[in-house]
Amino acid sequence: MAAIALDLPRSASPTWRRLKDALRRHPTAIVGALVLMIMILIAIFAPWLGTIDPQAVSPIRRLKPPSAEFWFGSDMLGRDVYSRVLYGARVSLSVGLAVAFFSTLVGLAIGLVTGYIRWLDAIVMRIMDGLMSIPSVLLAIALMALTTASIQNVVLAITLAEVPRVVRLVRSLVLGLREQPYVEAAIAAGTTLPRILVRHILPNTVAPLLVQATYVCASAMITEAILSFIGAGTPPNIPSWGNIMAEARSLFQIAGYLILFPGLCLSITVLAVNLLGDGMRDALDPRLARRM
Amino acid sequence: MFAYVVRRLFATIVVMAVVAFFVFSLLYLTPGDPAAVIAGDAATSDDIRRIRANLGLDEPFLVRFGGWVWGLLHGDLGTSIFTNLPVTRLIAQRVEPTVALTLCTLLVAVAVAVPLGVIAAARVGTWIDRSVMAFSVLGFSVPVFVLAYILILTFSIELDWLPVQGYRNFDEGVWEWLRHLILPSIALGTVYMALIARITRATMLDVLAQDYVRTAQAKGLAPHSVLVGHALKNAAVPIMTIVGIGIALLISGAIVTETVFAIPGIGRLTVDAILRRDYPIIQGVILIFSATYVLINLAVDLSYMLFDPRIRY
Repeated sequence: MAAIALDLPRSASPTWRRLKDALRRHPTAIVGALVLMIMILIAIFAPWLGTIDPQAVSPIRRLKPPSAEFWFGSDMLGRDVYSRVLYGARVSLSVGLAVAFFSTLVGLAIGLVTGYIRWLDAIVMRIMDGLMSIPSVLLAIALMALTTASIQNVVLAITLAEVPRVVRLVRSLVLGLREQPYVEAAIAAGTTLPRILVRHILPNTVAPLLVQATYVCASAMITEAILSFIGAGTPPNIPSWGNIMAEARSLFQIAGYLILFPGLCLSITVLAVNLLGDGMRDALDPRLARRM
Repeated sequence: MFAYVVRRLFATIVVMAVVAFFVFSLLYLTPGDPAAVIAGDAATSDDIRRIRANLGLDEPFLVRFGGWVWGLLHGDLGTSIFTNLPVTRLIAQRVEPTVALTLCTLLVAVAVAVPLGVIAAARVGTWIDRSVMAFSVLGFSVPVFVLAYILILTFSIELDWLPVQGYRNFDEGVWEWLRHLILPSIALGTVYMALIARITRATMLDVLAQDYVRTAQAKGLAPHSVLVGHALKNAAVPIMTIVGIGIALLISGAIVTETVFAIPGIGRLTVDAILRRDYPIIQGVILIFSATYVLINLAVDLSYMLFDPRIRY
């Protein structure tokens, strides 16, 4: 009896229970996490999954439809589309994760400081409003037109386009948190500003930021594909899902599979990230769960 | 109220100034010599010098920025590097298809998505609700151009119902014009519909939980008149807001959609400009699109005063 009574409080940690509840109510989030995991494993182990050199050209075997030899067919240079799609997962996933990481980091830093320091707030938010009124794909296009094509520049361009949205979220959170009694108590106790921001405010922004980061990751993967598709993204010597589709633009009527396979992979991966994000949001904000 | 309108107008001007300054200073912020990047690998030093002069990179930053803004205020967006034509004229030539495509998409998307969201909220938890939500998640996940190709492969190539690509002017016949816009509008509108349906449903669920909705039901009003007359009317403001904000999706998507469907609009102009690294065109397109976006959202904000008598400024 006593053992049961002692066990109860430990297993009933509110966050953990909420997470378990949400996962039970949202099995789709688990599916999302699993699919994403599989995609990451595919990206890491691409060289050992029956692929050949994704850049190997074979002029006599151009535009072969999917077969036992070419699982996803071959493109106009005779390259193996299956190998290219598997290697392409590396670009999409690393761009998505890198943009999510960097824009969260930069947005968090700017948002924390502007949310707390009043006079800075007005200036920074006007700049962010301006940046947000440029549709993000266009902003990334402008940056890509002025720099040489490379994955680093793609990450930089998309990060810059995503940062204002993160800043806005963090700022609104900070504006609410700074009025909390425990922050007032910290101020009264003479805590320095950096310490208040890092010890008292920052931990309370983590949960919503994590959810936002998954959405940033999903949208960054789509933006990367769009940029590559219109010729302003990943350079052509690196196979990415957007690149493969871009090269197939004029051929899709005779070789639809060139678009279909990378397109499906991209859609499935983005869907998985979105499902994971929705599940996390429901778990961390029960009030929203009912509505969205 | 007048003070509010003035304040909003002023804020809009500030935002546009930030956009203009940012788009302009990108030329200077990017690492390396932008003139050399724009000129490409095969350029001679004469080419680079010409581009540098066109972009005014020789002059001091503030002098150049002042001259550029002066030109902007007089409707001059600069000169295309590749064609040597004024950017305003190049954009003006391409406006019609883009406006036709986005307007068509906007109308269809709102007409479909709002009822979907309302029905999902009214039948919350049922299979209808779940299908609307599933459509919404899918709409967010399938990129515009992937959807566009799936639509073309299905409806144009397999079934042969609709044209594969291309655009017809309005005066070449309304039916031909519409036929060429059906698939592009569906492809472009899906993510927009997903967004509107999701927000409509969420807002309607909030409103349906209000006391006055219960009162309306209690006094025996027909369910549909409670839903439309009471609930939807009060949910209008958030829905309008997301319709305005979502236009950013339409603008970004139009660039890709026009590329896939070979529609000679502003998006196509932009993509061609990227390939030739014709920065003045890209600059001009960003300014025009951002200004349109900001002005539409200003109009949406101001229209709340007409829609919702509770809002007083």
